[in-house]
Amino acid sequence: MADLSVNIAGMQMKNPVMTASGTFGYGLEYADFINLEDIGGIIVKGTTLKPREGNPYPRMVETASGMLNCVGLQNKGVDYFCENIYPQIKDIQTNMIVNVSGSCPEDYAECAARINELERIPAIELNISCPNVKQGGMAFGVTPEGAYSVVKAVREAYKKTLIVKLSPNVTSVVDIARSVVDAGADALSLINTLMGMAIDIEKRRPILSIATGGLSGPAVKPVALRMVWQVAKAVQVPVIGLGGIMNADDAIEFLLAGASAIQIGTANFIDPTVTVKVAQGINDYLERHGCKSVSEIIGALED
Amino acid sequence: MKKYVLDLKVTSTTRPHERYVLLKLTHENPLPEMLPGQFAELKVDGSPSTFLRRPISINYIDRERNEVWFLIQMVGDGTRKLAELKPGDRLNVVMPLGNSFTVPEVKSERVLLVGGGVGTAPMLYLGKTLVDAGIKPTFLLGARSAKDLLEIDLFQELGDVYLTTEDGSAGEQGFVTQHSILTQQKFDRIATCGPKPMMMAVAKFARNSGITCEVSLENTMACGVGACLCCVENTKEGHVCVCKEGPVFNIDRLLWQI
Repeated sequence: MADLSVNIAGMQMKNPVMTASGTFGYGLEYADFINLEDIGGIIVKGTTLKPREGNPYPRMVETASGMLNCVGLQNKGVDYFCENIYPQIKDIQTNMIVNVSGSCPEDYAECAARINELERIPAIELNISCPNVKQGGMAFGVTPEGAYSVVKAVREAYKKTLIVKLSPNVTSVVDIARSVVDAGADALSLINTLMGMAIDIEKRRPILSIATGGLSGPAVKPVALRMVWQVAKAVQVPVIGLGGIMNADDAIEFLLAGASAIQIGTANFIDPTVTVKVAQGINDYLERHGCKSVSEIIGALED
Repeated sequence: MKKYVLDLKVTSTTRPHERYVLLKLTHENPLPEMLPGQFAELKVDGSPSTFLRRPISINYIDRERNEVWFLIQMVGDGTRKLAELKPGDRLNVVMPLGNSFTVPEVKSERVLLVGGGVGTAPMLYLGKTLVDAGIKPTFLLGARSAKDLLEIDLFQELGDVYLTTEDGSAGEQGFVTQHSILTQQKFDRIATCGPKPMMMAVAKFARNSGITCEVSLENTMACGVGACLCCVENTKEGHVCVCKEGPVFNIDRLLWQI
């Protein structure tokens, strides 16, 4: 057994496999299928200061090798999370990480401050890249200045590991990444979904209720991999790679491109046990290549 | 209820209709407990345009043969791929998912099961469950034409069966809500599954008649376990996941304009 453990800005993980926000609920939804403690970290559903009903149905459409969603950050708010969800998940022996979103820097900071008080939450993932809400979300993540302002505000309120999730819907993801690191991010995760659209040609209407949605699944993997590779070369903080990872081979591509950990999202819908299979597959790869530790392959592309 | 990922083995596959396939599957171990109205997420292999699993209602559980049945309407490439399975093939299934229809505790309750089109599928297992609970169900099943009415002989083994067809080729001509049984007999409870306009018409009849009514929704879904929040129905309590809090809803929870 190779050493799969990684350290993301002070957060120790038993392996580099995490679940992507919005695809794994609070982890509990998958507890029948896998031992949650076998994965390195679980990023729970996006949480906002106030409850959000999200967008109307329909919210999802299947596409070639992927899916579009426009859920729109439906959640019951940070108070509900602290009082009702946290007690249920705090004793799960893995890194339970809360994805935090908002519509203004003050909301982000207040929500993060509430999570900061929760002893068993070692990190937050700041979502400045949701394509499905009108205010906030991706609006902050598409300019270096906007991204800087919200990360700066949260950095002052949040003392533990601060991961910032980046949008691919930008001209230069590297510029955004640098700005976010300057504002105090401890780690970056990328990519969030790519904004897309589908049309019902009989009705001549967009299929999704708000017309556009975020594309995920293997269709986006090459784009995600390219962005992770670019950003990992440009910043000094750890990068967590995600976007269309379906199996261990995909995950290893991201690690080789420079990701210190990876997240699995949409693939959970196809195989609820995929996370543990990917962790096992990474181990098998390391053994086959005579590597003692996963750190030996992070960013280890041959020249 | 504990959910499982199982590699089921196809025992038989039949085409009761040009657009339908009936898959019967078994497993080396006893199949898990499953309730009427619950569904499964079927993995589709070898279809380039199909990415997600296909949510399919449980048609029947044959405990003696340790079989679960899925009656599948071929709509797109994914369901057509499922129809190509052969006896002996393996099918990866996540189940059981969702809640269930209510099985009344009072054995004297008069329960009407209304199914339309492929929506008749879960009514068979619900009917069997009711019979096992000592309740004799009445079935009201509708379709376009006589050839679209499936498994009628199996329904008749469980209770009285009334039929409607749009072309009058079997039973009374018209829609299920126009059947004379609704005025001739009194019912305490209705369970229904079928096209949404049909379920809305049934729900309207039930509400106007003061009858408890449960409907089974089939919103487009991805995860099937309440994680992705894609399949929501807007209810009096806000958006709830059809896959987890449904698919069965009492009509009083819904915001249907009926």
